[in-house]
This record gives sequence, C-alpha cells and structure tokens, in this order.
Amino acid sequence: MSEVMEIRVDYVARVEGQAEILVKVVGDRVEEAKLAVFEPPRFFEAFMVGRKCGEAHEIASRICGICHVPHQVAALEAVEDGLGIEPDEQTRALRKLLNYANHISSHALSVYFLSVPDYFGKPDVISMASEHPDLVRNAIRLKKVGDDITERFGGRAIHPVTLVVNGFTRIPTKADLEWAKKELLNVKGFAMEGVDFIAGLDVPDFERKCEHIALSQPDQYAINEGRLISTEGLDIPPREYRDHIEETHTDYSWTKRSIVRGRDSFLVGPLARVNLNFDRLSDDAKEAARRSGFKPPVFNPFMAVLARAIELVNAIDDSVSIIENLKLDKGPVREDSFEVKAGEGFAIVEAPRGILYHNYAFDARGIMQKADVVTPTAHNSRNIERDLEALAPKLRDLSPEEAVLMCEMLVRAYDPCISCSVHLLNAK
Amino acid sequence: MKPKLAVVKMTGCAGCQMEVLRIEDKLLDLTGAVEIAYFYMATSANRHGPYDIVLVEGSVSTPRELRELKELRDGAKLLIALGDCACSGCLPSIVNWVPPEESAKVYERFLEIHSRKESFQRVSPLSAHVRVDLELRGCPPNRDAILEALKGALLGIRPFLREHPVCVECKLKENACLLVCEGRPCMGPVTAAGCGAACPSNGRVCEGCYGPMSDANASSLAEIFARRCGLSQEDIVRKFRKYAGLMPAFSKEAGGKI
Repeated sequence: MSEVMEIRVDYVARVEGQAEILVKVVGDRVEEAKLAVFEPPRFFEAFMVGRKCGEAHEIASRICGICHVPHQVAALEAVEDGLGIEPDEQTRALRKLLNYANHISSHALSVYFLSVPDYFGKPDVISMASEHPDLVRNAIRLKKVGDDITERFGGRAIHPVTLVVNGFTRIPTKADLEWAKKELLNVKGFAMEGVDFIAGLDVPDFERKCEHIALSQPDQYAINEGRLISTEGLDIPPREYRDHIEETHTDYSWTKRSIVRGRDSFLVGPLARVNLNFDRLSDDAKEAARRSGFKPPVFNPFMAVLARAIELVNAIDDSVSIIENLKLDKGPVREDSFEVKAGEGFAIVEAPRGILYHNYAFDARGIMQKADVVTPTAHNSRNIERDLEALAPKLRDLSPEEAVLMCEMLVRAYDPCISCSVHLLNAK
Repeated sequence: MKPKLAVVKMTGCAGCQMEVLRIEDKLLDLTGAVEIAYFYMATSANRHGPYDIVLVEGSVSTPRELRELKELRDGAKLLIALGDCACSGCLPSIVNWVPPEESAKVYERFLEIHSRKESFQRVSPLSAHVRVDLELRGCPPNRDAILEALKGALLGIRPFLREHPVCVECKLKENACLLVCEGRPCMGPVTAAGCGAACPSNGRVCEGCYGPMSDANASSLAEIFARRCGLSQEDIVRKFRKYAGLMPAFSKEAGGKI
C-alpha cells in the first residue's frame, strides 16, 4: 500500500482573511492541493449596481482594509476613463504617493509581522520583541510612516477620504511635503538594511516557472498606470484585460481563480513587478537587490518576501522624488465637481499584492449598471495551488509540523488578502 | 491571571483589525495587561475559548458565523462590536436590498459552492443575534476609541464614547458648515462623532460612516436635502442606505424595512 501524507490547516494564521490548506499525497501522486476560502462573499459588484459613479471608489475601498488606497485609485481611474476625464499631473503624482504609502505600510506588515516570525520559529512579531527589540521597533516605525502619510494626505489612515474624481478635496501644504520627506528618509536606512537581513534568511529552495504579470511603464516604476505585460509576452492596455484573462470556479472556495486564456495560472505581486521592471527600480533599490543576489527573473515564490524588501527601498526613493517634483499649483476639488455622462471605463492598478482590475459602466445620470472587480488574490489563487502541487512531493521528507509550516510559509509569501478575493464578480 | 483577549473576524474587510494593529507601540504595552489569546491575522499561537474580552470585526452573513458568535457570547465577559460591519452592517448591508437571485449571479455556479459553503446573502449586525456590551462605530473606528474601550474593560468602567453629532467636532475645528454655508448634502447633523470630523475638515461632506448619533432626526435632514440641496428622492435613499441603512434611526429614509 502506498504511503499517504495529508496536510490540513483549517484556518491559516497570519494572513488576512479566512482560508484553509488541504494537501494529500498518495505514494508519488499528489491527489489534492487546495487553498479553500471560507471567508464569506460580500457581493460588492451586485450592490454597487444602482449606486453613483462618484462613490464607486468610496465603496470599493471597503473591499479591503489593507489595500484600500489601490482600490480607490483603480475605481477612480476606471470612472474617469468612462467619463472621458484625464486627471492632471499633480493629481496623478499625489495618487502615486498615496499608493506607495500603502505599499510601504502593507509590505512592512507582510514582511516583518507576518512572514519573518516563521524564520525565527516564533508565532508572531510580539514574541520576537524581547530577542530582537531593534528589528521589531524599526518594523513598526516603517509601517507607521506609510500609515501616517496616508493619514496626513488622505485624511484618515484606513479608508482615506480626500481622493475624489478628478482630484483631491484637500491639497497637502509645503509643510506636509517637507514632513513626509523627512519621515521617509528617517526609515530609508532600515529599509536598506532590511534587504540584507531578508537576503540572509534561509529561504526554502524551490522553483516553479510560471507566467509573471505586472503593470509596466517605460519611464518609471509602474503602480498606478501603464500596460499589462508578462514574462510570456503579454502586452495589453487595461481595457483589453477581459480578452486575455479568464476566471474559473471551483465548488470548494468562494474565491474565483484566474488563468491566461489558452495558457495557465500566473503570479502577480512584488516578485512579478521586480522581475519585469527591474531596471526601473531606484538606484539604491537596484543596488540593494544586486547585493542580495537577486537576479531577475526569479521563479521561487518564497523570494516574494525579498522582492517586498527591495520594493520598500524603491517606494521610499520614488516617493521622495515625487515630493521633490510636486509644484502644488492645482487647488482642491469638491466630491461632486465633475460632469456626469454615460460611459464605461477600465483601470488596472498595482496593489501591494499584485494587479487589481476595475471596470464600471454607468448611464447618463452616472448610475452604475455594471461593476467588475478582480483582485490580486483572485489572480494568484490558482497559482498558489499549482505551487502547492509542485511542493507537495518534497514535503514527505519533512516532519508533519515542518510540512505544515512550509505550506503556510508558501501561502504567506503571496501575502494573500482573502477578504478582497471574495468581494465578487461580474454583476450585469 | 491576565484577562484573555480575542480579536475575531467575521464578514468584513480587516480594516478594523488593521486599526487595532495601529495601536502599535501601545500594543506592546497592552500585552502586559491582557493575554492576546486569539488574533488570527497577527499570530499563529491561537488558543481555544472561552475569552474574557472579545472584539468582533465584521457582520454575520453565514450559519457558521452565527454559531461562532453565539459560542463567543456564551463564554465572554465582554463582547465588543468592532466597527460598522459589526454594529450596523456598513456598506455591504446595501446588499440586503438586492434580491438574492440577483446577488447569486455574481457566481456562475452559485448553488454548487453554496451547497458546501452556505451564505445568507444578507448581512446582519451582531446585535440582531446576541447581546452586545459595547459598540465601537466607524469605518474604521478610531484607534483612540479602541484603546479607550480596552482600558475601560480592564478598569471595569464605561468608556467615554461620543454620541453627539459630527457637527460638534466640526465646530470645535472651526470649519465653515458645508450644509448651511454651501448647501451641500452633509450627513454630519445625524452622524455620531468620533472621527474628528475627518471629511468636512478635508473639504468634503460627511458620508455618515459612524452611523446615527443618539436621537438623530433623519427625516428633518432628508427634507433639507430635498429642499435646500436639491437631492432627488432616490439620491436621499442612497445617502441613508449606505453605512447604516439597517439601523432603526435611518431605516425609513433608507427606503423602509426589508
């Protein structure tokens, strides 16, 4: 009789949301490799129909309490696309600054609070505090800088309020910008050391080549705008997304799963971004990456933690350069100061955990008739299972505890946002 | 023995838990006073209940959550609803006005998934099912209020939570009134304070994310929205059917009971 190995994690800790891992290997055959999401669905796309296009971003923000800013930016860009509004440079720069602030906060949380404890055999960051007080204190500081910039520029740290169609209801002052620059430079040193620190961790030796997809722009590191490109030659504008990416169902999960039409599952997030846009990272981020031995393309999903550390440096550098170039010559706008007309718009934005697709159609009164949102974790969910499948045979040499930990570490490396992934899809 | 604290997530976005994490440096102090016995988003050392103090983020939308909530209530000395979803259903409560056959359309094979993982396709606040000792409103509630509630729990005193309208905070900040001076449809006069007038202080109308203040006069504000701000009846319903349309104080203006 063949030897049977089963792994059951009924609630994965240190990820956002509620999901279980199910792996079963019989002999040499992987019988099951599932990430089953029991986080309840919230039907956002159903209840957004009938609401006004000017509140799409405010509602979409509540899809996720971690990546609220990219949800807001994507919804605003999609609505503006449908209204034929082209936001000015200042608005786009401030949105990028706020999305970077969100990436800083989310990456700091993911790397140091959620992933690193595994490498020290600890259950959480709090229990690391006595042995590694400086590391924990600095990680908290780094996360706080992201939150504080969002709060000062956005009016609130979580679900900020100043972002509206075609602008901001409050424009930061010169003093705000100076303060933010100082705060960012204060944590730059730790972010740089962080790359070396993460590079020194004993990352599992595992590789599985798969398609990596990210936004890309020729002249800057893309997070809010650009074309969608991949390691397999995909190169499309956001409005053609649905022609190339399709979603499938399973009966064991509330999360939908994406594949590239005619191909397979794919990976989105920091690893895909750094792989595809390496030469557009800031000089210091590139330097730190080289020192760490990161040679793109990297196809080890566990290395996403290192990619996050590299992106933290880039986010700080790029934010500082945005601040230095901001002229602040455009004033605030009201939440309703735009002309409504019928239309349909599309946008793709990089959330910390990967690409986020928003599409809305509305009538001549601006009332939404259709909402379609696909989140990073929905994009990654099938790929996580494909990784689990490839990883499973290697787990047999480990103790049961180590095998479980390895599966959890893999899931955490994707930094999934389960709530996002079950917000739901395609109501027409 | 230190009281056991649990932070539990039901149907929500995790933003309230993120606000708990924003207590940050004080969170380390807090671990001196309470034992964090259950907090899945932050730790893998989670213990079985019962817990003394339970913070619940999210609304109830599945049979599984309903069972879990009743179990938590039975064991808890203090059950605290953390944020709008737990207190009023928040924005996802808008789905309660969508017929279930419509919301099911978001999944092509809804019934297949549903047969294994049930959903009510409706959200309800915790208080619809169990006794709730304290409600921390807001989307998300401010971290100072969370800390105030935890301090109150440890000291055995009622925390100071604001039930007056956002208008009071707006006046304290010396903001010009958006409703009176500019005729803009601000929810501030019927919305509980606690946010520090976040929206009006940043040049936009209050959207009502802290839910109704005590003794809110929703019908009077709805009339002002129609007469002074020129809002249509549909727009007024959308205003009240947003963060707290299920709350009795707003239910008439939100289009009636479902």
